[in-house]
This record gives sequence, structure tokens and C-alpha cells, in this order.
Amino acid sequence: MLWHFEIRARDGHRDPFAHEIERELPWLGLEKAGPVKLARLYLLGGEFDRDAAISLGGSLLLDPVIQDLELKSLEEADQEADKVVTVCRKAGVTDPVEESLRRGAARLGLELDEIRTGFHFSFEGEVDRAELERIGARLLATAVVDEILVGRSALPAHKTPAGSKSERREIELPADDEALLGLSREMGLALNLEEMQVIRAHFHELERDPTDIELETLAQTWSEHCKHKTFSARIDCDGKIYDNLIKQTIFKATRDLDRDFCVSVFKDNAGIIRFDDENNLCFKVETHNHPSAIEPYGGAGTGLGGVIRDILGTGLGAKPIANVDVFCVGDLEAETEDLPQGVIHPLRVLKGVVSGVRDYGNRMGIPTVSGAVFFDRRYTGNPLVYAGSIGIIPRDRCEKVVHAGDKIVALGGRTGRDGIHGATFSSMELHEDSESVDGGAVQIGNAITEKRCMDVLLAARDRGLYRSVTDCGAGGFSSAVGEMGEEVGARVELSSAPTKYPGLSYTEIWISEAQERMVVAVPPEKLDELLELAASEDVETCVLGEFSGTGKLEIFWQGEQVADLDMEFLHDGLPKTTMKATWSPPPRDDLREFVPPMAGEALRALLADPNIASKEWIIRQYDHEVQSTSVIKPLVGVTAAGPSDGAVNAPVLGSTKGYAVGLGLCPHYADIDPYHMARAAIDEALRNVVAVGGDPDRCAILDNFSWGNTQKPDRLGALVRASEGCYDAAMALRLPFISGKDSLNNEYATSRGTIVIPHTLLVSALAIVDDVRQSVSMDLKRGGTSVYVVGLTRRELGGSAYLRLNGHRGNDVPQLPDNALSIHRRMHEAIRDGFVLSCHDCSEGGIGVAGAEMAFSGGLGLEIDLGRVPISGPRMRDDELLFSESLCRYLVEVDSRSAARFEALFEDLPCAPIGHSLAEEKFRIRGRNGAVMLEEPLADLGRIHRQSLTAILEGEVRG
Amino acid sequence: MAEARVLVLRAAGVNCNEETAHAFELAGAVTSQIHINRLVQNPKIIDDFGAMAIPGGFSYGDDIASGRVLGLELDRVLGDAMRKLLGRGGLILGICNGFQVLTKSGLLPGPEKKGEPIKATLVENESHRYEDRWVHMAVNGKRSLFLGEESRIELPVAHGEGRFVVDSEEALERLEGDDRVVLRYVTADGGEAAYPANPNGSMRGIAGICDASGQVFGLMPHPERFLFPWQHPTWTRGPRRRAGDGLAIFQHAVKNMRS
Repeated sequence: MLWHFEIRARDGHRDPFAHEIERELPWLGLEKAGPVKLARLYLLGGEFDRDAAISLGGSLLLDPVIQDLELKSLEEADQEADKVVTVCRKAGVTDPVEESLRRGAARLGLELDEIRTGFHFSFEGEVDRAELERIGARLLATAVVDEILVGRSALPAHKTPAGSKSERREIELPADDEALLGLSREMGLALNLEEMQVIRAHFHELERDPTDIELETLAQTWSEHCKHKTFSARIDCDGKIYDNLIKQTIFKATRDLDRDFCVSVFKDNAGIIRFDDENNLCFKVETHNHPSAIEPYGGAGTGLGGVIRDILGTGLGAKPIANVDVFCVGDLEAETEDLPQGVIHPLRVLKGVVSGVRDYGNRMGIPTVSGAVFFDRRYTGNPLVYAGSIGIIPRDRCEKVVHAGDKIVALGGRTGRDGIHGATFSSMELHEDSESVDGGAVQIGNAITEKRCMDVLLAARDRGLYRSVTDCGAGGFSSAVGEMGEEVGARVELSSAPTKYPGLSYTEIWISEAQERMVVAVPPEKLDELLELAASEDVETCVLGEFSGTGKLEIFWQGEQVADLDMEFLHDGLPKTTMKATWSPPPRDDLREFVPPMAGEALRALLADPNIASKEWIIRQYDHEVQSTSVIKPLVGVTAAGPSDGAVNAPVLGSTKGYAVGLGLCPHYADIDPYHMARAAIDEALRNVVAVGGDPDRCAILDNFSWGNTQKPDRLGALVRASEGCYDAAMALRLPFISGKDSLNNEYATSRGTIVIPHTLLVSALAIVDDVRQSVSMDLKRGGTSVYVVGLTRRELGGSAYLRLNGHRGNDVPQLPDNALSIHRRMHEAIRDGFVLSCHDCSEGGIGVAGAEMAFSGGLGLEIDLGRVPISGPRMRDDELLFSESLCRYLVEVDSRSAARFEALFEDLPCAPIGHSLAEEKFRIRGRNGAVMLEEPLADLGRIHRQSLTAILEGEVRG
Repeated sequence: MAEARVLVLRAAGVNCNEETAHAFELAGAVTSQIHINRLVQNPKIIDDFGAMAIPGGFSYGDDIASGRVLGLELDRVLGDAMRKLLGRGGLILGICNGFQVLTKSGLLPGPEKKGEPIKATLVENESHRYEDRWVHMAVNGKRSLFLGEESRIELPVAHGEGRFVVDSEEALERLEGDDRVVLRYVTADGGEAAYPANPNGSMRGIAGICDASGQVFGLMPHPERFLFPWQHPTWTRGPRRRAGDGLAIFQHAVKNMRS
């Protein structure tokens, strides 16, 4: 019997969810459709009668204090209804609630054989069917993962997804090249002609045809996503030849620097550095751009879930202790009709990705400690989602090994048809139909499944129950087993994998990217103990096969062999490609007509710019304090209005040893020169950790490139320049890269042409803090103190926020000075020795924005005299001095007791007192002629900074 | 001195167990973190402990509603063992999700000395958003065995469903009259709190309550996140405290377990 439970807020109790939808209706111009009433729906089936159903509803589903329950049979519930939209997950899409319902019902003695959950929304105002369809698709659900039923009042009963045939299938590789390439396209392999030719030759030599699963395995393993073909290609950049770009730039810096605190670089799922006597730290950042473009909530959540699994899969498994997230999205106030077809509005993208990260990270119990959001119209069709995770791991658990005879055990979630072809999908360009064609590549995560898996995995690690571990990410089992078995070979029986529903083909099981799965190599004598441990905490396991010692990848389906691949060919057979690259500087921006606005107006506009305005609305939705390790939080100052440069955490409870994490991202500089953009991003990431107390001499960095289509020589040329910038800056600042990732093909094809994202490099820095009690925050601390600027200011406004807001790009992009390392080191010494009350790095908006932020965060006035700012290079106007974004600069508050020692420390470096804090709540700037050029009440500046972005996200501003 | 033994509950999605155990140990207790599946198999394990803590997190994903499924499990499977613990003077603490669990299981507000139990719940924040922020609270420690003479404390909250609601004004009066409203959100200067000082829209700013015996305490804020001075959001501004405000809650509990 199927029972339809409808739960509504009792009269007099407001439903916040309904209220939020009412607030969003005006975005679609449909404010008259409200008020909105909603019901939570559960369709539950089993061998029980109405009385039992009432009791189930009352005990499990209903909150009797504020809600009412209506119980109907499905027939009674399933009526046509005007002005109603019912929403539920599509069949086959993960619905985490199902498992909890099953468990709760079992505690009441009932077994459920049918579960479906959803909502229905009734609109009590004026609205027609077409408008309801728009509301459904735009506000209530995402068509990729949700079923949206307009005019129906009940949930549909489940339909099991159709099964695929699963018989061994051989694929004949056509002799004709065009047909061969056609086959790659038809199967969605994303392999080019040269690669297909190599595969054809290989099987010709073996005198047989490949099976479907062999081709799929090769396609996954050779995908851009897994192999980074571009970065390791032979590149001809304007005549300069690179045999392997990444080895000659990023890796080379790490090798040349040879820092002793690096434990494992570029070989495991995350880079590892030394922390204290017992533990190391590891750090990884990933992108999840294309899935997030199509389904922001699921894409971002599973992106974070994936990078957390990278940490779990590092060494013998690290414990995740902090997450970071960075989003790049289009203009939040864009008019819907101006967006390219098929694109989700940037506001919905941002809200979706924030919710996705929130729901996954918070549920995992991992603090989200740092992040950034960056806005540019060019991200509209192809937003970027970076998710990072930091882990802690005992020093003796950092190495892994696989022995022949070890069992291959999968832990965690079941395998479904979700996420098929994610690795190859992410290696292709997005287009107007991506949403409908590639929907299978997107999925919804279940953080609790991953949390359970994590708890068991770490317990098993401590008991020594496995010898190696890796996560199932892109390519699923195919990549995980393929990588782990690279040296010894693996034999796998796919019919032993538990699936979410029947009917999956062996190939689907093999390449599914279903979430929340880890693979471990278990010595046979430990197998029972591992399986028992997992079962005791409701973690599902399966023995997929064993590492064989044959050097081959052998896959079976119900006893029949369906693949027999040489590991050597699989991992080393990929042909090296040669690519053309070119770079030339853009035409100069003519600034002769530029008339500087009033300084006060310019400052207000900068603080209101979404790139600079407070991200409080986002930050507060993330738990940044779970695990009780937070020391310098993302929001600091008297009223927590201050944007902290970096975060400091003390990860071992009871110890004061900590780490700082900081981020660098300046894509607008790349519009002028990607070389300097890369150097600036590295310097910014370092400033952000040094400013809070991180040690620049024990700091490691990560590179994450999101780029356009590098088959196009200009995009590739920019990538080469940025890589060169990475090498030079890493050497100059003595910062080793320990891990990185690239996401290419971030372009969006529309009927009116292709939109290429800005060249975007995210640099993430992780630095040791010896004693977290020495860390500092950026808010001014007391009246009567001196404020210094450290570092030289040059006329470097190219790509600056100031020029951008005034309609210009500019020309002189900030450049890394030769004495940068000395400045950062000395800054660190000053903080460590306790001379510094507060410290803030100068980045977007220069001294003007940094000074204003320090002042309103501390609730103290500040006066700055531009005539005292040490400068270099050509003469500057006052506005240029105030808003230049020269690198390697800090504003530092020092009290009179420490001033002499602070100045002595910087004797041979550029540093000068340029102002002082005031009891009066004013932010005041004097120009070089001594006259006041800007004087603003602190409260106004603080309010503008705090509320501008929030107002847009709350729907108070409608673009 | 008698050993104060605290059982820290683990379950799928519970995630503040490590730091909650750490807080109790800092206060002098000995702790064991035990998975609910083990207790379901053998509820007698609880007999070895003088207190039980349900930590924060998202038990079973907070699916259906926060704390609902774990609350049902405690009520149906461990109810007797937990009542036995209270019967011999033991303590039960629920932090954040643990408070939600205790409320949904009926252990809070708990049985009345006379009359029907009060119907209370914790529901979605008025803002419809999960929020992490620090709050000021006024303390009434007269009845609770987890608090003493403190008058005001600061702690962080981090939740999406913390709005405390009861089904009648009369019930509110009764809770207050019995000194069972232990923590109340106030403004920084002690005044009545509106959003965001009251972060979720709780009735009368209620942040934490105890049962009629004072042995069961549930609160939405996280005392285990403020054990050390440098965990406070403005610690860099000085003057430094000697310990975080949260530590006292664990210390009172341990002291009362021993007496």
C-alpha cells in the first residue's frame, strides 16, 4: 500500500522556506503569484495499514508543535490542482533522506519498500500555467536532477531506471580515420584522432578488437582531466620549445628549491608538508566547474565531497581539518534576457554553489575557514568552483604500497548511473545544450555517507587494516583501481559491486562517478576485521577483486572476461602531442581621457563592488568553527565586520601550534599579462598568510589553473606565460608548489560566438604558525597608534579595481619587486616578535581600501598622509597613490612602545609611518599637498562594505 | 576523588564528538566515544557512566528534521537505560544537534513533577539560513547542574534549526518560573535580543533549557568551541581572559558528577 503524507506548517506558524520563495518571486516579475504555501511530501509504501501509517507519520515525520499532517492514499492525493507545483528528485538521483526514513521506520517496526520525498508549493495569488513552469524551473528546482510537476498535487511513484544490456561487446575500430574519430565522438570518449590511431595500432598488434570497456578505460585514463595532456605536451610557443611545460616550470621550481619541509609533492592525492613532531599536513584544491555550471548545488557539493576524499586518500588517509572554497561567477545583477541561452542566472549559480558547499562541508564537520568570490561577466556561462581541503596525518602514515595478493575493497556509497563520463565531460567545452545532453555527468552528494566512510577509514588506518587507499573521483573504479594497480596489475569482478538499482551494465559500473566511495588494498589476513569494522558503523563494503601481480588490468563480468589491458599501455601508451602557442601583449588602453572621480566617491564605489564588499552573507552559512580549532576567523574586528586576510587554526586540541591558509587570485591582471598575473597571485597568497602570522619560510603553495580552450594558440600562449610567472615567483619567494590541478576548456559556445573566461589562476598558500597566540588580525586596535606602510608603491593600476570601476583596464600591471622575499620575512619577524597590533595586506583597492577596512573593522578612525608613502618610478596623482595595487605591501599598526624596534627591523627596507589611528570615527586621507582629499564617516564606509553584496543576495536589490 | 566517566555518543553524522570529549577531559573527566550501534546492541554500557553527552553535528543528516531520527532511536531503544542513568543522579548534556535530539526524544523539557510534559521543539531559523556567529547569553544557573554563578557568557552558535518553540504561553511561564530557562540570548549590554543577537528567532530568546531535575541540559551554542582565550573572535583586541566561557559548563558538570 502506498501512503502519501502531506505536512504543513500549522496556521499561525510561518514557514521560512515559503517566505523565501515569496521574496524571490519578484526576480521573475511574478510577485502577484504569492502568497506561497508549501507542504513537505513523503510517499511511503509497505505492508502496513492506515493506523500504522498514522503512527509512522506522527512519530517520524511530523513536528506536533508547529505542523499538521494529512495522510492520503496515493489515489486520493494524486489530483489535478491549479496553481500547484510538485517537486521531487528524478528517479536514480540520490535522495539522502530515503536512508534515514528507512532507519526511522525500522525503529518503529515497519519496513518500507517504496520511498519518495518532495515538496508541493501552492500559489494563492495570480499565476498561470506558463508562469508556474517558469517558477518551477527558476526558483524551485533544477531540471537536471529534479522532476517538476506543474498542476499535480502528489509525488509520482518510483520507476526503476531502464536497464542496459550487459553482454560482452567488442568494438571494431574502423580503418578509415574519419570513421575512427566519429567512433570516439559517438561513444563520448573525447579522444582525438592521434590517440585513437595509437589504440587501433595497439589492438592490431594484439590481433583482436577491443571491448567497449577497454575503450572506455583508455578514454578515462587518457582524459585531459586525468592525464593533463596539455601541461605535459610538447609546446612551441613563438619559437620557444617546451618538451613538458609543467616539468619545466611548476615542478622545476619545487625541485630547484628542494625545501626540507616538503614530504610528498605531486605524487599523491594531495601534497604533504611537515607540521609538528607527530603530524604532517596535506593540502589539495580541485575545480568542479562544468558540473556546477549545469547544477550549481550538486556540482559544488560533490566538488567539495571529491576534494575531501582526496585528503582521505592521501598517504594512508589524512583527517580533513579545514576546507576552502572560491567561486568565480558572472554579474549578479544581469538582466535575465541578456544572458546567453541555456545559462543559469549568476545569482542562482552563486546561491546554489554556496548552499552546496554549506550542506556538504557542514555535514562533514569540517570547518570552511577561507574563501573568495570573484565576479566578471565572462564567467556567466562558465562559472568556476574551486574546493580545497586540508588534512592532518600522522608522520608514519604518509606512504602507501600495494602488494600482489591484496584484496581490492570498495567502501562507502553504492554505484549508480550517476556521473557517467564526468572525466571526459570536464574535458570538453560547454554549450547551450550542455544542460540537457550532459545531465548524467551531474549528481547530488550524500555527505553523511561520506562522513561514515571517513570515520571507518580513519579507524581502520589506525588499526593498520589496509596498505593503500585512494578515492573514487573522475573515472570512478576505472581510475582508482587502474592507478592503484599500475605496478602490480589488478583482477576485478564487477558483478560484486553493490548498485543503487538493478540494470547497470558492467561498463557503467566501471566508470560511474557515483560519490562517496573509497578503494583500499587490504592484506588478506586483515580482510575480515576490516569488513566487520565497516559493518559495525553501517558502511557498506565489497570485495571487487585483488591486485594480481600480472601487470595487467583484467576485468570480469559474471565470470566472463571483458577486459585484458596491459597496465603499461594504459598508463604510458598515450601519445605525446605537439601544440602551438603564441602570446602578444594587448593593445594599450588609452587613459588620456580618464577623469578621476572624487576620491570619496571612488572609495565608496570600491567598497560596494561585489569583489571587495563583505562576503559575510556567505561566510556565516559555513561552520568555520567546528572541530574547535579556529583562531583567526574569516570575519574579525569589534563587530566582526573585518575581512581577514587569512585564517589561522590550531588543529591539535590542546596544542598552540597552528597553520595559516591564504589565497591569491587576480585574473584581471591576466588581461594585460598572464606572467605578472601569476606572480601577483603567488605574492597575494603569501601576503595573506604572513599578515596573520604564517611563516614564509615554512609555506607551501598550490596552483589551480582554470583556462579557456588551449587548442587555441593564444590561450595556450597565455598558459605558458602564466607558468613561467609561477616558476619565477616561486623561486623569488622560495615557495614550493606541492600540488595542483588544471581545468581547461572553460569556454561557453553561444550562437553569437564563444565566451572565454579570464585566465584564472588560484594560488593557495599553507604556512606554519609556531604559536597561534602570536597571530594578529587586521582590525585597528587602539587610538593614538601609528600606521605604517611596508613596501613601495608604484604607479601600477593596470587591471586594478579602481580603473575597472571607472571603465578602464589600464596598462601597468603590478610587478613583483626584487626585495619581495626580504619584505615578507621581515614582516613575519615583526609579527612573531610582538611589535604588531594589526596587519592588513594591500590588494584590490590599494592603500585606500585596506586603510578603510582596518578602520571600520576596529571601530577607530584613521588618518593617512599620502605625502609620506614611499614610492618608486614615475610620478603619480593622489588617486593613483591611493588606489594603486602594487604588490608586496602591508599596512601595519604599531604602538609607540614598539615603534623604534619595528622601524629598526625595517631599516634597510621600504617602510614608513603614513598615518595614525584616531578616536574620532572618521577615515581621512591627506593628499601630497597636505590638504584633506577624502574624509568619510566610518559608519558609512562600514555599512557600504558590509551590506552591498548581502543586499543583492537577499533580493533587496534587483538588477 | 571519584572518577567522572562521560560517554560521548557517536552516530552517523555526529561530528563534534572529538572536541566535546576533549572539553570534558580538560575539566577532569574520563571519556569514551561510543557508537550508537554498540549501545543499541547493549544498552547496559550506559550503566558504566556518570554522564552522557550528545554532541553537535547532523545526526543522520538531520533528514526529515534536525535530530528527529536519532531522537527517535534514543526514545525507542535507549530510553530506559537513559532514564536509569538519571535515576541514579547521572547527567545528560545535548549540544546543538544534541539539544535537538534530546528535545525530539522527549528528554527535554522532560517529565513534569506534576501534569503533562511541555511540548517543545527546535525548528528552522527565522532567517531560513544556517548561521555561524557568536552570541551573548544571560545565565540562570539556579536549577541546572551544568552552571554556577556566572551571569553572562559568550559562545558561538552554528545551526540552521535552533528556533525554540513551545505550544503555549503557559508552558513558557512554567519553564521560566521553574528556573529551567538556563540560557537566554541577550545583546552585548544585556538587553533583550532581536536578530542577529537572537540568531534564530527563539521564543523569549531561549538558547538553552534544563529538565525539572536540573540533570538534563540542552543548548544550541557550542561551549566546547570556547575553551581557550584565543578561540574568541576578538581575542586579538585583549584584554585576555584566562579560559573560554565554555569550559565552566564542563567543569560544573564534572564537579556535580563527583559530589
